[in-house]
Amino acid sequence: MIETRNFRILRNVVLTILSLWVAIPLYVVVSTSLKPLKDVAGLFQWIPREITASPYLDIWTTVPLAKYFQNSLIITVCATVCSVTVAVLAAYAIARLQFKGKRAFSLTVLSTQMFPGILFLLPLYLIFTQIRNLTGLQLQGSYLGLIITYMTFTLPFAIWMLSGYFASIPKELEEASMIDGTGRMGALFRVILPVAKPGIIAVAVYSFISAWGEVLFASVLTNEATKTLSLGLKSYASESDVFWNQLMAASVVVSLPVLIGFILVQKHLVAGLSAGAVK
Amino acid sequence: MTHSALESSPADAGRSAPNPAPGQPENVTAPPARKPRRSFLPYGLILPAAILEILIHIGPMLLGIWIAFISLTQLNLTNWLNAPFVGLQNFINGLNPESTIGQAFFSTVGRTLGYTILVVGFSWILGMAGAVFLSSNFKGRAILRTFFLIPYALPAYVGTIAWAFMFNQRDGAVNQILVDTFHLFGDERPFWLLGQNSFGAMIVVNIWQLWPFAFLMLMAALQNVPNDVYEAAAIDGASLWQQFRTITLPMVRPANGVLLMVMSLWTFNQFNIPFVLFGASSPKEATLVSPLIYQNSFGSWNFGLGGAMSVLLLIALFIASAFYIRMVLPKGADND
Repeated sequence: MIETRNFRILRNVVLTILSLWVAIPLYVVVSTSLKPLKDVAGLFQWIPREITASPYLDIWTTVPLAKYFQNSLIITVCATVCSVTVAVLAAYAIARLQFKGKRAFSLTVLSTQMFPGILFLLPLYLIFTQIRNLTGLQLQGSYLGLIITYMTFTLPFAIWMLSGYFASIPKELEEASMIDGTGRMGALFRVILPVAKPGIIAVAVYSFISAWGEVLFASVLTNEATKTLSLGLKSYASESDVFWNQLMAASVVVSLPVLIGFILVQKHLVAGLSAGAVK
Repeated sequence: MTHSALESSPADAGRSAPNPAPGQPENVTAPPARKPRRSFLPYGLILPAAILEILIHIGPMLLGIWIAFISLTQLNLTNWLNAPFVGLQNFINGLNPESTIGQAFFSTVGRTLGYTILVVGFSWILGMAGAVFLSSNFKGRAILRTFFLIPYALPAYVGTIAWAFMFNQRDGAVNQILVDTFHLFGDERPFWLLGQNSFGAMIVVNIWQLWPFAFLMLMAALQNVPNDVYEAAAIDGASLWQQFRTITLPMVRPANGVLLMVMSLWTFNQFNIPFVLFGASSPKEATLVSPLIYQNSFGSWNFGLGGAMSVLLLIALFIASAFYIRMVLPKGADND
């Protein structure tokens, strides 16, 4: 819009309010994570009386945080890599190839995106039990069960966004490559993927964030050995009291990988979204 | 080319597209097939996705429907293939509007709809405000943009934990501001995570997490609006509000349909926030549909009832998804 004086005043007011709205909870988390436990117990202090890094050291011993971290990292990275790979292949077929059943496939993939996890939770649990009874393959309480669950749940959005993105790439690019004798798959890997990098990054970030923060399936499909961070953080609260300063310190630590990743690729995310989804 | 393969009937597209007769002009209803010979390549490419979809989505969905018609309890859970078939009994027992459970279910659906409208409405307004004011160039714009996206990038449970801490009745930051600083509520500290207030508290947490997504999508949509349109409008004497209404709003309309739909579905299906805020069972004034089904299935071990509720929800969402797909598919899988 045109920058009149009124516009600028309005802009400053609105952006200040929005910034405070975003900042206050973040400030509460960070400031609490730096307080000793005795200062956390009473009425909330906006300005800490005393700053200490000890919550950041204690979190690793109060709770097996490193173990939860490792579980989350393995599950999330595997789910993201697999989901993006599977989605790239399917999205390419949808965007570029003609085949019978394409419409039915796209419809099915898209419509499953609508349904809440809760509808799948119990049936999935039952299917996993049955698979274990029949084959001995342990899917509940193992990494594998959560990995395939998470990767499937991010697939619809990933396929949809990537096929939109691939469709926006000029066909001439890959045709030139195919004339050079690379074949379709060669063209996909050498020409399309490099061009579609922003879209692929956007999808990967989406998958990572979804899997990293998931609670529902993790609550039923993990056990003590495979517990993820989303559930593990609860351990800072016992029956009688909550180590709020450590809980907040752990929250900061847990958020850092996604936040850093997100900030690094955030430009690609906006570009990927506006090309693939919003256009 | 005015028609895409998607607008022609599936059978038609299937017959003509993969294998057009050599030498003939291409069928006008289908885009030109780049690879004229019949090929298994597309099926090979979608195979992994199809297997996962069947194993994790379609199979469980069908099984979920089956569960609503059998008597599944804690006792026969591991031997569920032999659970007795009970017909419509679960629906009759649980969803009768006269019964307590039935009433709870229908009032929960109504509450969840209200919740969805409030959360999506406010998130959209905040997202729009952020997008409009950050689309003009000024110092610090890039930093603010990244900053506003943080609540969305944070793991959902971290944001919720922060709010749970702030909503603490005795010494939380919310009551510290509202009661101690502004002396609202007659200096009495309200409970935010119990009773009627818990519904509002949950809405606030959800808006805080969701609005950056609206902001992100609307900002991407606004990038395509050329500034000289606004200049022309300003010269013609259009006020800021008029510019917003007649230029900005129509420009974001294409993105809006998908955005509102996606946000509504996420919010309607919300589970994480109440689960972290209240634990496995929410206060009854703040129970949403997903937590209710969870409570019925894994809390009271009444899987048949949870299944019957799931089936009703499935039907409702299926209708909603038909509208959604109409908005999304023509572009998502289009060739041209």
